[in-house]
Amino acid sequence: MTLILHELRRAWKTLTVWTCAIGAFIVICLFMYPEMKSQTESISALFSSMGAFSAAFGLDTLDFGTLKGFYGIECGNILGIGGALFAALAGVNALAGEEKEGTAEFLLTHPLSRAEVVTCKLAAVMIQIVCLNTVVYLMAAGSIAAVGEAIPWKELSLLHLAFFLLQIEIACVCLGISAFLWRGGVGIGLGLAIALYFVNIVANLSGSAEALKYITPFGYADGADILGRGAIHGTRLLAGAGFAVCGVGAAYAKYCTKDIG
Amino acid sequence: METQALYTEHLTKYYGKARGIRDLNLAVAPGEFFGFIGPNGAGKSTTIRTLLGLITPSSGSARVLGLDILGKNRKEILRRTGYLPSDTALYAGLTVKDMLKLSAGLRGKDCAAQASELCERLQLETGKKVEDLSFGNRKKAGIVCALQHRPELLILDEPTGGLDPLMQHEFFTILQERNREGTTVFLSSHVLSEVQRYCTRAAVIREGSIIACDSVETLSRTSAKRVTLRGKVTREDLPDAREWTELGGTVSFLYSGDMNGLIRKLAKENIDDLTISEPDLEEIFLHFYGKGGGEA
Repeated sequence: MTLILHELRRAWKTLTVWTCAIGAFIVICLFMYPEMKSQTESISALFSSMGAFSAAFGLDTLDFGTLKGFYGIECGNILGIGGALFAALAGVNALAGEEKEGTAEFLLTHPLSRAEVVTCKLAAVMIQIVCLNTVVYLMAAGSIAAVGEAIPWKELSLLHLAFFLLQIEIACVCLGISAFLWRGGVGIGLGLAIALYFVNIVANLSGSAEALKYITPFGYADGADILGRGAIHGTRLLAGAGFAVCGVGAAYAKYCTKDIG
Repeated sequence: METQALYTEHLTKYYGKARGIRDLNLAVAPGEFFGFIGPNGAGKSTTIRTLLGLITPSSGSARVLGLDILGKNRKEILRRTGYLPSDTALYAGLTVKDMLKLSAGLRGKDCAAQASELCERLQLETGKKVEDLSFGNRKKAGIVCALQHRPELLILDEPTGGLDPLMQHEFFTILQERNREGTTVFLSSHVLSEVQRYCTRAAVIREGSIIACDSVETLSRTSAKRVTLRGKVTREDLPDAREWTELGGTVSFLYSGDMNGLIRKLAKENIDDLTISEPDLEEIFLHFYGKGGGEA
């Protein structure tokens, strides 16, 4: 428990900045929605007629003129990318950060097993992700109410749940990567999150690349797909859970036997 | 057999093909004040890090406080051990007080009273952030972290770097007090004077292997003698002499050959003054690490 609290204490500033940034972007977008709504027809026609670009971002299937469509595309991308980057950073820094800063020696010469260290680090990352998503969810719901729209609880909750699970998966995979690194891995974490985002865009653009949606968590956290089917794609989610379990498993397996430099 | 505080048997660590330590055999009895001498890169830190479970040995075995380092004893070993690394890296953003509290918390102990006493003795300000501390004060914070839970075994890696002489004195006073109370002290250092002054036994490590291990008194009283004389002697007369220096008519050298032979040779020369003394540990250290060293 001491280590979890210590981790949260170290992370709270970063967590606050990321939460405020993502939340603020979503709030700003939602406050722009009434203005967009008044130009519904022209905007919807514009966004749905941009060919591959429309397909890449799901603009061809979602109606940008409705709150759900607008939220699924605009706000979904903000929370999707922002949350993924935050989760990647938190995960990849969890173990490798200690070695980069030279504090691993201090930590690991206290009576904690390596497995306990991994568990505490993982728990701290998960708590941060829960905090970020809870605050952003409440900010989003509050903003929708503030602009005078009815809150689409089911759709809103499904979207946020999907992005929450996406962040969990990315954090778990990055934790696994973190166990193999010695000098920090911010670049690797951010690169992975961005690469996974673009893999989903490629999958959206090409029907033959559909399988890529099972590789990237953005495959099951695709706003257009979730709002279209009214549920998260179960098989893709299951594949994502598999990657997350592999990431955590790799973290335990490697870190418990790793030579600390 | 009495359980050793530290015991290694053929302990070996390779980093890929690079040598860390090789076939290291070491035994430190409970309650000893033991010195571990060697220059940078000799394998001192590798030995310590292996004993503490930070790195896994390539072969051999080791026991700390009677517990095998490779078993599930790591937590128990660390619970009963205090460790001061050579370079004390602490969490930026925390004050010294927070850092000490964190260390105690990770041990599941309330060490506030001990921490307060140690900080007072070492004149360590606890309100400062660790990133604002000088190297010496960071070292002091590390010392308090290592000592505040009153461990049975203290492993100290180059502990006095950055401490001023007064603080060094206070630090060793604390160590001696703890040692009298039964704490085993394992002091890794290349400052030979502190090993000679405070340790009862010492081991010398060279290129990853122990090349000598004995009481400090015995190590200092090796067969090599420091010979200082005034007179006409040339190096060619004394092929067994090492560390030869000549200054203002005074010749000084280390001699580990036959003493009767030396005296017979000197008797033939015109010698004004002659002193034969035990070399200090510094000289022995240089001898061990000098070309062809290995026995003194």
